[in-house]
Amino acid sequence: MIASVEHNEGMQAQRKAAMAVLAHSDAAAIEQCLEAVALPAHENLRQPENGLVMVRGRIGGDGAPFNLGEATVSRAAVRLSTGEVGFGYTLGRNSRKAQMIALCDAMVQSSEFAATVEAKVLAPLRATVAATRSRKAAETAATRVDFYTMVRGEG
Amino acid sequence: MYVAVKGGERAIENAHRLLAHERRGDRDVPELSLPQISEQLTLGVDRVMTEGSLYDRELAALAIKQARGDMIEAIFLVRAFRATLPRFGATEPVDTGAMQVRRRISSTFKDIPGGQILGPTFDYTHRLLDPQLADGFLPETPATGEASSAATPRVTDILGRDGLIEPSPASDADTPVGDLTREPLSFPADRDLRLQNLARADEGFLLALGYSSQRGYGRNHPFAGEIRFGEVEVGFFAEDAGFAVPLGSIELTECQMVNQFKGSATEAPCFTRGYGLAFGQSERKTMSMALVDRTLRARELGEEVKAPAQDEEFVMSHSDNVQATGFVEHLKLPHYVDFQSELGLLRKLRKEFAEAAEAPSEMKEAAE
Repeated sequence: MIASVEHNEGMQAQRKAAMAVLAHSDAAAIEQCLEAVALPAHENLRQPENGLVMVRGRIGGDGAPFNLGEATVSRAAVRLSTGEVGFGYTLGRNSRKAQMIALCDAMVQSSEFAATVEAKVLAPLRATVAATRSRKAAETAATRVDFYTMVRGEG
Repeated sequence: MYVAVKGGERAIENAHRLLAHERRGDRDVPELSLPQISEQLTLGVDRVMTEGSLYDRELAALAIKQARGDMIEAIFLVRAFRATLPRFGATEPVDTGAMQVRRRISSTFKDIPGGQILGPTFDYTHRLLDPQLADGFLPETPATGEASSAATPRVTDILGRDGLIEPSPASDADTPVGDLTREPLSFPADRDLRLQNLARADEGFLLALGYSSQRGYGRNHPFAGEIRFGEVEVGFFAEDAGFAVPLGSIELTECQMVNQFKGSATEAPCFTRGYGLAFGQSERKTMSMALVDRTLRARELGEEVKAPAQDEEFVMSHSDNVQATGFVEHLKLPHYVDFQSELGLLRKLRKEFAEAAEAPSEMKEAAE
């Protein structure tokens, strides 16, 4: 029983990590990666649709929540012929992207496809997302004020 | 009173056709693309998203193009679009402490954990027009530095550890989060509703109010404790999936103002605070918002309410530029019947005035 709860939590963390990489990726990049995968048979459980979410902040950054403003979101759900159900959510209005995320989420849960989707889709996308993030971090770091360097330079 | 006036259809149709022509401008000049607006008029897009109250760069860019660069018209278009989509729910509150910081400055401490990070800013530019930009300028690639893995905690959190600043109001699971897009405003309004109102408020209006409070119309002696801008992850509890799914990230600007302290017989004195948060890189907006958030706390903090910036009904009822423009601009609509009745009344009054001006001399003569 405990083992199964742990397994579920582990699976959920894995699914969330996969969803995060996919949500941060361009639809075109996901599409390209998926071309290298022999996709399993699947059907739409929920037709992709666009909608809104109300984005919440916190008073003072860490206090009670308040409504900041809305954001567009696309969502979809698919079911593999083997039964796994995947959900796709992403900011923006790209329903194709939501559908691809849902399909990947379903494959992540499938013992047959998990390794393939990790190798062919998630790993390359994760590398791209990380590269973009570290490029931005490096650019940002160059604008950090170093008061000490100024003092040493004068001496 | 408005009356239906027939006969304008053709003129209206042709006026819109002319508008489309003027919007396009000289047809020998290449047309603006949405990515050009989104990538190169970034801060304009950020403002339209913030005041349009909808995070979607592409839609905001389209709105700016359609509105010929008229920001309030663009904001109006975005607000109207919102009404066409269903709302799936509310996100988990974003964690600005975990922001991937692109800019982060404090005017209260020189040495803050994570450092002072200037990022892309107009600050320290000389505000001289740059003729290079007039034609095909390709900027240098940005310098890079060694990114630190150190956390960048909020300055207010650091002050809070020593109890030097008031804590943020704690969340209460039993109190629903106020939403002015669902229920009409009523006063007094709680801080969550006030912040929602200020977040979508006109930047110019908040700037003027914040400025007035600095000049003495309302008590405000703030320090910019921290301003940060960067990417924040957004999560949404999806009922179908049964857990909070990541939606991606959005750019936000946050401003923490540190204000004069309060204390009482039972509470040690500590700094008070004002808070600002907006979509995109919206520094002036969030600074103004934080100033006005603080002035609007006058009632809560037992301060005398005597300046416009402290009057929540005044501020919140006039902060929305879509509402404001609607009421101001409705004066353009036909008021022919109204005006005819005013004109009739004025003619009558003038006639009576003229008759009265003649009558007294006769009466005076009669009395003598």
